[in-house]
Amino acid sequence: MRTTWILLAVLAVVAAAAPFAGPFVILLLAQVMVLGIMAMSVDLLLGYTGLPSLGQAAYLGVGAYLTAILATEFGLGLGWDFWLVVAMGMAAGAVTAAFFGLFAIRASGVYFLMITLALGMCVWGLAYRWNSLTGGDNGINMRGRPRLGELAFANDLVFFYVALGFFLASYFALRLLVASPFGKSLAGIRERELRMRILGYNTWLHKYIAFVVAGAFGGLAGVLWAHLNGIVSPVDVLLPASVDALLMVVLGGPGTLVGGLIGATVVVFLREYLATLVDWWQYVLGGVYVLTILYLPGGIMGLFKGGGKA
Amino acid sequence: MKRLIWLVMGALAAAPATAQELKIGFLAPMTGIFAQIGKDMENGFQMYIDEQNGNFAGAKVTFIVEDEEGKPPVGVRKAEKLARQDRVHLMVGGLLASTGYAIAPVSNRVKTVYVLSIAAADDLTQRDLKQYPYIVRTSWTSSQPHHPLGAWACENGYKTVVSVAADYAFGHEVLGGFQKAFEDCGGKVIQKIWPPLGTKDFGPYIPTINRNADAIFSLMVGPMALQFPKQLQEAGIKKPIIGGGTSYDEFVLPSMGDEVLGHVSALQYSAALDTPRNREFVRKYREKYGKVPSYYSESNYTTAQMIHEVMKQTKGKWPGPEKFIAMITKLKLETPRGPVRFDDMRNPVQNIYIKKVEKKKMHGYDKDELWNTVIKTYPDVSQFWTYGKDKFLKQPVYSRDFPPCKYCN
Repeated sequence: MRTTWILLAVLAVVAAAAPFAGPFVILLLAQVMVLGIMAMSVDLLLGYTGLPSLGQAAYLGVGAYLTAILATEFGLGLGWDFWLVVAMGMAAGAVTAAFFGLFAIRASGVYFLMITLALGMCVWGLAYRWNSLTGGDNGINMRGRPRLGELAFANDLVFFYVALGFFLASYFALRLLVASPFGKSLAGIRERELRMRILGYNTWLHKYIAFVVAGAFGGLAGVLWAHLNGIVSPVDVLLPASVDALLMVVLGGPGTLVGGLIGATVVVFLREYLATLVDWWQYVLGGVYVLTILYLPGGIMGLFKGGGKA
Repeated sequence: MKRLIWLVMGALAAAPATAQELKIGFLAPMTGIFAQIGKDMENGFQMYIDEQNGNFAGAKVTFIVEDEEGKPPVGVRKAEKLARQDRVHLMVGGLLASTGYAIAPVSNRVKTVYVLSIAAADDLTQRDLKQYPYIVRTSWTSSQPHHPLGAWACENGYKTVVSVAADYAFGHEVLGGFQKAFEDCGGKVIQKIWPPLGTKDFGPYIPTINRNADAIFSLMVGPMALQFPKQLQEAGIKKPIIGGGTSYDEFVLPSMGDEVLGHVSALQYSAALDTPRNREFVRKYREKYGKVPSYYSESNYTTAQMIHEVMKQTKGKWPGPEKFIAMITKLKLETPRGPVRFDDMRNPVQNIYIKKVEKKKMHGYDKDELWNTVIKTYPDVSQFWTYGKDKFLKQPVYSRDFPPCKYCN
């Protein structure tokens, strides 16, 4: 609980300071929130269930492409029906994960890594080759962000608050999930799956449900991602996007949820902000990763908790 | 380090820059497989700025380079950064056609001029132009040089052609232009092969090439261009090759061997152009950067020159985005690539050169090198070729399926 209060306090300060930040920094903050949701969805798998997924960008991609196609082809999701698209984006992420999960959940460890990678690349392949639907390599340009009555998402500050709201909602939803008996049994599977099975748990089903839920939140991140950038491109679905999400979790601290946000903050500001200052930002990012893995197995959150396990 | 200083300067000048300063944001890939092309782009622009000692008709030029990595979403983020944080007067660059398509909407959002100095995406200055009041193109549309190339192929007796082209918007538009013109004068494209962008091993594609074709049309980009002719030769295929502009541009040419001798391609620039203006440009560029300028360099050099010409007319005062667009499109310039003016859809009207790779001495250099010798010049070619604007715009943008492959089986 203490972590939650600290998180709320920090986010409140950021939210209060945001109007005074430069327009580019606001954009980065919004990006942190969206990637924070994405990282939390990975954390549910990696940190709580012990499933390292290398294909999470697929669900972000599904959500993002759905949003872009609905908006450009049907004008859907640009007014109050934005909520409908949010629901559809989450559903699309969940359905895709439900399908992929049938293949992926059978594997574990490095095989799980490989199979999620392969499935993720299938989505990339679709995005890249299905020209008539996805615009192929060009991707899809959005015409503008939604407007809900007085609330124009086109204003980056407004969009940041919206993203912040979605982040908090996702955080509490996932917090609730991992604190529930279901969440506890996920942790049990992470620690020792065989024992859980002997105790009579259907571990396959538990993992499958966690996988689908993670897909849904990936889809949600995708909806916001599309509106944030104004473009959806196959690059968004490519392997590096999945790797980034995984690294954010490792960096921030798996099994903490908050770690995802911390990781997203570090990665986004190093990548987008430091990159505008110096050419050797990649070395800094690489160095941070190496140091984290060597000295902070529990991620940055491990600094506060000692062990890093929630 | 330089960039850091610029950034500090940018931070100090939080308000929009003063009248006598011109801030140019430059987008080019600096990392990834297209990094070297990005360097060519930057060098071209930088060379012009250096020639003017960083001063465009009284305006001090601040040149801020951002790495767009050859990825459209990254390009979007960097463009946002340039406009919002650095408050540049104009953004220049973008390599891939897809990056061009992605950055154009940003120019609307941030109400900042975007000069497409490379990105050749056809529709930006065709069917989509109306949406984007702040863009102007100083380079070419993908199909522009390839309409004349299609006509040239007919004149030189080719009847049937197989195409091998990189599978993305640029490749589709290049081949589309060639196919349209080639089939309108009686030629036939009998097979289209689409390797993905960045393919290095053409093993799966080369054996499928229809051996009855008179020639192969190839459209390669960057490192792909080096591999394809080699592997074609190793496979023992000796058909004449006609190539899209980027298959043999001066960026890849120095790394190529004798396997490309005699290959023909089309573009609005060749470093082997024998005009005094170009000879001087090539010599200066080579002295400064140690290599022959590619069209990536020339196009950005020329873009800088165009911006300078506008600033001369305003005596160094930034005219505002609308007026800048109006002024730059009225220019008529003599450039290294030849005379350039603009059509009413903000795209250059310029010479298109049909070029053949030859090994020879050029511009007074004493070594035998590969050069793109100009074998035919089509003067004053617009993006609409001979079709006329209205008729041309009625057809859809070139894509993988347009024009349809009528003669494929």
